[in-house]
Amino acid sequence: MAAVDILKDVVNLLTKPWLFITLSSIVFFVALPRPSFWRPRLWLALGVGGAAFLAVSMLDPDFGLIVRKPDNVPIVAMLFLVGFFVWLSMYQAHQNDARIAAGQKPMEASEGEDQKTWVWPDLVYTELLCMVIGTIVLVAWGIAFQAPIEEPANPARTPNPSKAPWYFLGLQEMLVYYDPWLAGVVFPSLIIVGLMAIPYIDTNPKGNGYFTFRERRTEITFFLFGFLILWVLLVILGTFLRGPNWNFFGPYEYWDLHKLEALVNVNLSEYVWVKTLGTRLPSNMLVRELPGILLVLVYVGVLPGLLMRSDRVAGLPIGLKRFYDKMGFFRYSVFVMLLLGMVALPIKMILRWTANLKYIIAMPEIFFNI
Amino acid sequence: MATTTPTKPFLSRTWDYITDTQVWKSVFRHGMPNNSRNRVLVVFSNVFLHLHPVKIRKSGIRLKFTWCMGGLTFFLFLVETFTGLLLMFYYRPTVAYAYMDIIDLAEQVPLGVMRELHRWGAHAMVISVWLHMFRVFMTGSYKPPREFNWNVGVILLVLTLLLSFTGYLLPWDQLAIWAITVGSNMARATPLLGHEGPGAQLLALGDVPMVHAGSDARFALLGGRFVGEGALLRFYVLHCVGIPLVAGILMAVHFWRVRKDGGISGPV
Ligand code: HEM
Repeated sequence: MAAVDILKDVVNLLTKPWLFITLSSIVFFVALPRPSFWRPRLWLALGVGGAAFLAVSMLDPDFGLIVRKPDNVPIVAMLFLVGFFVWLSMYQAHQNDARIAAGQKPMEASEGEDQKTWVWPDLVYTELLCMVIGTIVLVAWGIAFQAPIEEPANPARTPNPSKAPWYFLGLQEMLVYYDPWLAGVVFPSLIIVGLMAIPYIDTNPKGNGYFTFRERRTEITFFLFGFLILWVLLVILGTFLRGPNWNFFGPYEYWDLHKLEALVNVNLSEYVWVKTLGTRLPSNMLVRELPGILLVLVYVGVLPGLLMRSDRVAGLPIGLKRFYDKMGFFRYSVFVMLLLGMVALPIKMILRWTANLKYIIAMPEIFFNI
Repeated sequence: MATTTPTKPFLSRTWDYITDTQVWKSVFRHGMPNNSRNRVLVVFSNVFLHLHPVKIRKSGIRLKFTWCMGGLTFFLFLVETFTGLLLMFYYRPTVAYAYMDIIDLAEQVPLGVMRELHRWGAHAMVISVWLHMFRVFMTGSYKPPREFNWNVGVILLVLTLLLSFTGYLLPWDQLAIWAITVGSNMARATPLLGHEGPGAQLLALGDVPMVHAGSDARFALLGGRFVGEGALLRFYVLHCVGIPLVAGILMAVHFWRVRKDGGISGPV
């Protein structure tokens, strides 16, 4: 019994947002370029292990309560589906890379694959099969799980936690770090604009119509980091690990309404004026927030130019010169703005976790907080 | 002894009889698609199959390549249309009726799994459209000449999410109104257009603010200051008519462009 409790505590600890996101990011960057991480056996073991973990954890009442919510069932399914398809694409990508390195064509262009075949029956039967399987799964699911219906709407009684629909929980999770005008309006718009811009920013002609990693290393890394870590992972966090008052609860923790989290977050202005300079906060809003304003101006105004100069900045391989050379001024500008927008989230996360930073610019007077 | 051709088995004779009737021939204008001529004709003469070319690159129809994810997404859209239509027979979008109609669907309507199919189908469609986008990215299929179709796809992705979001409100239970309250609260913070958004104070005529709780982006979305009767009707109309119509048209564009851009992508 004690061993089980220790194990549960370890899992509760590992899923704390800062550790969960950091560890996942490390695994992500280590695994992506290494073919040995994408062997079928490893992922089969991961899938079976994940299912076993889920099954055993169901014995825990707190865990079962959340995972068995009818609306959360598809998210559990999505976890396995995303895992499977990430494996399937990366496995094929590394296989093709090996073929290309050996001087062969990718699988999709191999003997016979580049031939044409009849739509009837070859494609039509595949489609039929997909529809039949889709129907069976859906009907079985519909019979097994009743669609949820809670108490009638009552505008006077706010449930705690109040959650957005599950596919928007990544955005709601962003609210921890950024105010609604950024997390709810600007970032979603940037995501849409960014997705639409992809074909025009990515000028690499290779990897069109077949799986490959090596020929599109950077593009795939950026995109997958956004999709897996900043979207899917945050959805999971928001769904399973955020309870009353949007507090964090480990998977085996009871959702206690009265759990207190100390609010110790401090604004940058306070760090600069009070803690460093030992003065009071200036009364003029713009003076007070000058450090933050300068920082943000440097981030969006100076940094792009700096990164464009060389491939290494301050000794780190984060320069973007090679992109600038390939893309030209206009494409580069759009690319770097989207990139900085995307990276703004992990940056704020890290600042929050390490320095309890609340706002870089805090001007609640005009609803302008960053 | 008269020479007789050996009689065919019963089923085969029945089949021959059916396919020889005027009714059958009026529907199907060619024989079984088991030779080249008829395989061309089956695609040409059927408006639905005509979405497809007659012949197609082998690598492009492999399940391991497309995962049939776009196809599944479309299939789920059709499921949603059909089950949604049935739900509309029972559901009235007013605060007085909405909740009870949903309860009745489960308790009074025989074989009532339509709501289940509709809700789980919606979740499945959100997942499948993500996976479809993911596949298209991983095969680099957004690269020239398919840039435009990727963009049509992004709009379809947004519409899929909005379809699901607007539908979420309709059961009018606690889950529904508070999820939509949380979601739509964000609109309050829209820069310039939300009354708690940065810059909104700048839009004023003298002392009179132009953007306030009764005129901002959230008000336009909800048709009111909170999630109430107005929001229910707006979301219902958008969910059942507005968004499906636009999504349907864009899907037609999407499929048309898949073909016009040279079919499913493959290495050159
Ligand atoms: C309601 C949503 C959507 C439906 C019903 C849909 C349907 C389809 C179908 C049936 C195909 C044929 C190949 C396949 O099945 O993979 C396809 C291809 C394609 N889709 Fe979508 N799609 C949707 C959303 C999207 C999204 C969100 C994107 C990208 C952001 C996208 C981009 C593309 C592109 C670029 C192709 C061509 C792929 C190739 O040639 O390999 N679509 N879509």
